[in-house]
Amino acid sequence: MLAAPALDDRRFGLNRRVTLPGPLTLDGGASLSQIEIAYETYGTLDADGANAVLICHALTGDQHVASAHPRTGKPGWWTRMVGEGKPIDPARHFIVCANVLGSCMGTSGPASIDPATGVPFAMRFPVITLRDMVRAQALLLDHLGIWNLAAVVGGSMGGMQVLEWAATYPARVRSAVVIASAARHSAQNIAFHEVGRQAVMADPNWRGGQYYESKEGPSAGLAVARMAAHITYLSEAGLTDKFGRRLQARESKTFGFDADFQVESYLRHQGLSFVDRFDANSYLYITRAMDYFDLAEEHGGRLADAFRGSKTRFCLVSFDSDWLYPTAESRAIVHALNASGAAASFVELSAPFGHDSFLLDVPELFRVVDGFLRAAA
Amino acid sequence: MSLRPDLAIIADHVDQGSRVLDIGCGDGELMASLRDLRGADVRGVELDARNVSSAVARGLSVVQGDVETDLAYYPDKAFDYAILSQTLQTARSPDRVLSELLRIGARVFVSFPNFGYWRVRASFLFGGRMPVTPALPVSWYETENIHQLTIDDFRAFIAERGVIVEGEWFLSGARSVTGGAANLRAEHAVFLLRK
Repeated sequence: MLAAPALDDRRFGLNRRVTLPGPLTLDGGASLSQIEIAYETYGTLDADGANAVLICHALTGDQHVASAHPRTGKPGWWTRMVGEGKPIDPARHFIVCANVLGSCMGTSGPASIDPATGVPFAMRFPVITLRDMVRAQALLLDHLGIWNLAAVVGGSMGGMQVLEWAATYPARVRSAVVIASAARHSAQNIAFHEVGRQAVMADPNWRGGQYYESKEGPSAGLAVARMAAHITYLSEAGLTDKFGRRLQARESKTFGFDADFQVESYLRHQGLSFVDRFDANSYLYITRAMDYFDLAEEHGGRLADAFRGSKTRFCLVSFDSDWLYPTAESRAIVHALNASGAAASFVELSAPFGHDSFLLDVPELFRVVDGFLRAAA
Repeated sequence: MSLRPDLAIIADHVDQGSRVLDIGCGDGELMASLRDLRGADVRGVELDARNVSSAVARGLSVVQGDVETDLAYYPDKAFDYAILSQTLQTARSPDRVLSELLRIGARVFVSFPNFGYWRVRASFLFGGRMPVTPALPVSWYETENIHQLTIDDFRAFIAERGVIVEGEWFLSGARSVTGGAANLRAEHAVFLLRK
């Protein structure tokens, strides 16, 4: 049994950073001599350490799951799920959320200083996988003194990490919540990511990734990448509802190439605000990690073998308007879980917001997750 | 909490600590009672999303799925019992569903409304209309019961397939019906089968 951590334990709280000794050997064969991880914790770890919940964030997410973003000042990205009276509640749970390996919010990534050279890694940062991200999180939990997780929870790429957690560290995960996710990236998923990467690399300011010393980074390319990706997070019906063919602050078409349509203006705004908070090289590395993700491939080609003998309880949720990771992807995971005999729950919820539904106001999602987590306790 | 009479019969005959798959589990009423009273490890399959959400929200392991397509993914003899209540008559291929049940469950409970019940017969004979009774409350154009059957039909069906009957229970409302006239007197039937 773990000793109860002191309330003033400096490992716990908002805006934490730790440098963990390596080497961390990566799936690609390279290794990192040390790993810096930026993370936050909420709530208090029980004396028996049984109430820890790890939240895994999506592609461009960060550790600020329920606290204001330091650059944008916006509230945490999942305050609907995490907070007082919410399904994941700091009054009951000890919540950990860490910036993923390869990202740019304080965890080691291409923008970090390479200790071997004293300058940013840029494209010398090793290509990583989702399993590498999860291994880094496991090192963090070791550092925090958390062996066993009451639950690992995530949507989209966060859900993929949850699956990796359950497959890689089955004994550490009692419950797994996988929302709007998949066990592998499809050809279409890879295709959209490749468009984004090519947009970044086609920007002359990308300079082979060596832009950290220059005044201008590949903002235009990254903005285009974000615009294309953002479309995949929404639904056709959602876009029609929100914008239709309405014009942006004008009475008629300009017969030019300004953002005549509201939807164009919206996407441009999404692109521009994204480049202020995200590193272009991190975008390349994390999209690559997602494209390489194929959990079945890691287990001899049979997804059920990833969960063989698993004692973890699983809860999967998909959304009917999500065409990025459609219900069929969740269903394939459920079939594998059924084949392996794992305890699994799954429901496809109806929501109009496309893939982004997991972040938005879908009350049924919170009812399902709340009930699932309470039953685990 | 009082279970529907056919479910109560099933609940009474599941052994302590069994592994159970409840197909068409609704909001998980039978599952919850098997878990709480029988210490069973219960899984459910249900088509309706609202029902699945309610079942998951009460802590049960239920997957949204279709009895006709999703049973294929369970291994042979994965469960001590597979339960199919009030669903066989709604299946497109009841014969395939039954053989899947017998593959994944060592024992199988099947319950269904009896189309040979005397009120059904009377309604058809004297009224000349498709029957609407307490057990079959929906008009012909709305009913999901596309493969209506009688108790004798079911007996013939399983006999042809060499399926062994381990138990059978017949109900009229909540009352138990015994004797040879079940096909006439019973509104519902519950069978316990094995290969």
